Amino acid sequence: MSAITQTDAPQPVVKRGKQAANSLLRVLKYSLVRLASLLFSVVVAIFLTILIASMGGKVDEMRMGEIRENVVQLVRSNRANRDLPPEQFQKLVDDLVFQEAHVQGLDQPLMLRAVRYMRKALTLDLGNALRMTSDSGSKQVRIIILERLPPTLLLWGVSGLFLFFAEISVALSISRKYGTWVDKFFVGMAPFSTSPGWFFGIFLILIFASWLRVLPFGGMVDAPIPKTPMGYSLSLAKHMILPTMSLVLTSFFLQVYQWRTFFLIYSSEEYVDIAKAKGLSARAIERDYVLRPTLPNIITGFALTLIALWLGGPITETIFNWPGLGRAFYEAVQFYDTPVILGQTVIYAYMLAFTVFLLDYIYALVDPRVKVGQGGSA
Amino acid sequence: MKEIQNSFRELLRYPTAVASMAMIFMAVLLSAYTMTTTPYDEALRLWRGSEEDWYQYPKQAAPAWFNNFTDRKQPISFFLNSADIESASGGVVTKTIETRQDGAQKIAITYEFEYLYDDFPQDLILYTTTKDTVKKPLVGVVWVTPDGRKVNMASYSVTQRDVYRVAQDDKLARILRAENPIEGLFADPASESPLPLKGTYQMVVTSTVYESEASLDAELVLHGTRYGIAGTDHKRRDLSIALLWGMPIALAFGLLAALGTTVTTLVIAAIGTWYGGWVDDLIQRLTEINAVLPFFPILIMIGTFFSRSIWLILGATILLNIFGLGIKNFRAIFLQIKEAPYIEAARSYGASDGRIIIRYLTPRVIPMLIPQLVTLVPGYVFLEAGLAVLGLGDPFMPTWGKVIDDARTNGALFEGLYYWILEPAALLLVTGLAFALLGFALDRVFNPKLREM
Repeated sequence: MSAITQTDAPQPVVKRGKQAANSLLRVLKYSLVRLASLLFSVVVAIFLTILIASMGGKVDEMRMGEIRENVVQLVRSNRANRDLPPEQFQKLVDDLVFQEAHVQGLDQPLMLRAVRYMRKALTLDLGNALRMTSDSGSKQVRIIILERLPPTLLLWGVSGLFLFFAEISVALSISRKYGTWVDKFFVGMAPFSTSPGWFFGIFLILIFASWLRVLPFGGMVDAPIPKTPMGYSLSLAKHMILPTMSLVLTSFFLQVYQWRTFFLIYSSEEYVDIAKAKGLSARAIERDYVLRPTLPNIITGFALTLIALWLGGPITETIFNWPGLGRAFYEAVQFYDTPVILGQTVIYAYMLAFTVFLLDYIYALVDPRVKVGQGGSA
Repeated sequence: MKEIQNSFRELLRYPTAVASMAMIFMAVLLSAYTMTTTPYDEALRLWRGSEEDWYQYPKQAAPAWFNNFTDRKQPISFFLNSADIESASGGVVTKTIETRQDGAQKIAITYEFEYLYDDFPQDLILYTTTKDTVKKPLVGVVWVTPDGRKVNMASYSVTQRDVYRVAQDDKLARILRAENPIEGLFADPASESPLPLKGTYQMVVTSTVYESEASLDAELVLHGTRYGIAGTDHKRRDLSIALLWGMPIALAFGLLAALGTTVTTLVIAAIGTWYGGWVDDLIQRLTEINAVLPFFPILIMIGTFFSRSIWLILGATILLNIFGLGIKNFRAIFLQIKEAPYIEAARSYGASDGRIIIRYLTPRVIPMLIPQLVTLVPGYVFLEAGLAVLGLGDPFMPTWGKVIDDARTNGALFEGLYYWILEPAALLLVTGLAFALLGFALDRVFNPKLREM
């Protein structure tokens, strides 16, 4: 599938204009095929998600039950209906339920409904939540998701991005100090990072919140929300310490170890030895001979860090009672709130597909050996 | 075979690998011990936590060995049953029966125990059971303190099975002029602040059953705040059951998930590269679809909507990882191997596709597979625990994740019941670490590029 092919053979320099047109056509054709195949994947993935998230139609059955309950109450509360004979009462209820079901499209077969849900999801017409409401009282899925986005961006975004760059720079610097105690320390600590963030979170809460009582158990700000912006940010910072620490503990050492090993492998290439022999400075070697060839991997890592944001961390956010997107997804599932589940999944799917699409071009930009679409889909 | 032997010898050069293999070996031994001593069905039944199974145990008691590390000794739970005098521990029971001429039996049951703790127990409960009685016997309970004071605690008539909970006896509290009858019974009269009097206590239960073939037995249960080697939870369950049974479950889940995902991925990648064409295309598409599906959120949905059964979650985990990113790595290697001369030789003598895939293609990737398999195990072990922490753990199985979840949702962190969280967490950590260390070492042995690094 990888469209990346390496062309080492030098191209003849003649007929440049025609070649440029050709390669433009090739890139265009490749892009269209790639877009189509990615879109196909997104459609299938979303369809599967709809089938799971609607429990194969059970959620709609629950909604029908709710509609009937509401209609019965509505009809009962109307004084004019008090003296209706039971059959007429039942008929009135059935008619109203049918109308309401028709309006909501629940009278269609499951597959048709699924296709309708999918069309809406794919066009990002996220609609209204079934049960969840945003803190501002809105039922719109878009608003519910947008409301949960800032806490996630704050925690996972800030610490995730910071960690990403810290990991790479630390890894680069210890790859130079191969075999020293700093290097050995990171190698030794790496296996500890196989435990997930929530696991460290529990330990951190136990030590700093429960035992030492210096940091809060969870949440985002103190209970009476501080009035001044200064007080608010301080309270926020205090609540962010433990979740951030748990994130650092679970990723930092392992990532540093992996990047360091990666850089070490690249620094043992012959062209690096030649560069050293030429007498280039350590900085120049690092920049042009180690970082440059590993740039595609670094960019992939960065892109995946960004996408992972969208799912947040359901367990870590639960442990720390952090009102982020991961927690929102978990709550949506608990409420059987299919629209919210779908909304979050479809955006994730789009983001991932788009990033995968974009990465091919970025590889071609940063690595002269890579050409977009050459060799077709292998 | 020789290759594997060499690799193993190579592996023994790493102290961490030896240590981690020892740890995994211990874990397997412990699992085998657990599975033979407490059968699966028995463990599940006990973990359901019915009152009959656990009435003798205190609520949320820390392990007994905590007393070795604290200045203030907390009372350790015990129970003494007159029907089972030999196995009584924590004290002594004696039962005397005097048969009168009319066939009636005068029964006296004496419990004698040392109480050398610095705190009061949670509760003191007397369970009486009678058999074949026609006329209801009357039971009298007398308390004798170490300094010789006698308290008539209660007298009541009993039927087949009766429970006398001392902590709820308000009348006794008034007699003892204490807020709490337990404190009243154990308090040192000489001390200003309520402190238990240390020494040997006695409880004497006397009764007369009027029929010659009838019997009466009584069990004294003292609910302390310490119990056993692992302590107990909010449902009085002995945590050692979940801690012990959590081991085979975690190992089974982690190993099966890792094995299931890597082996299937390997075979599928081999099939895709071997046949090429539409088969390969289909596999590529499925991989792409799988990448777009968010794995953990789907597990959350399956756990909530369909079933929390650990085996269903295991199946879903394997299914959602078959077409994972691992396929790409294997594929790259298979594309190279496919062109190797020995494959061509196999083809020329007419080996079938299946034979080539199973016998010639896949074995070449095993050096890559083994470290990957072992490295994946901790992730799956923690995955199962993580689902449990979200409240999506298997409803019947005693697992480490469920213990952590129970502890968290019942305020173990707020109330400082750290043993409850730390015990399963330590086991998770050690198990995860053992596999991670072994995986790291294997990676170095099988991946020559890493060997020097």
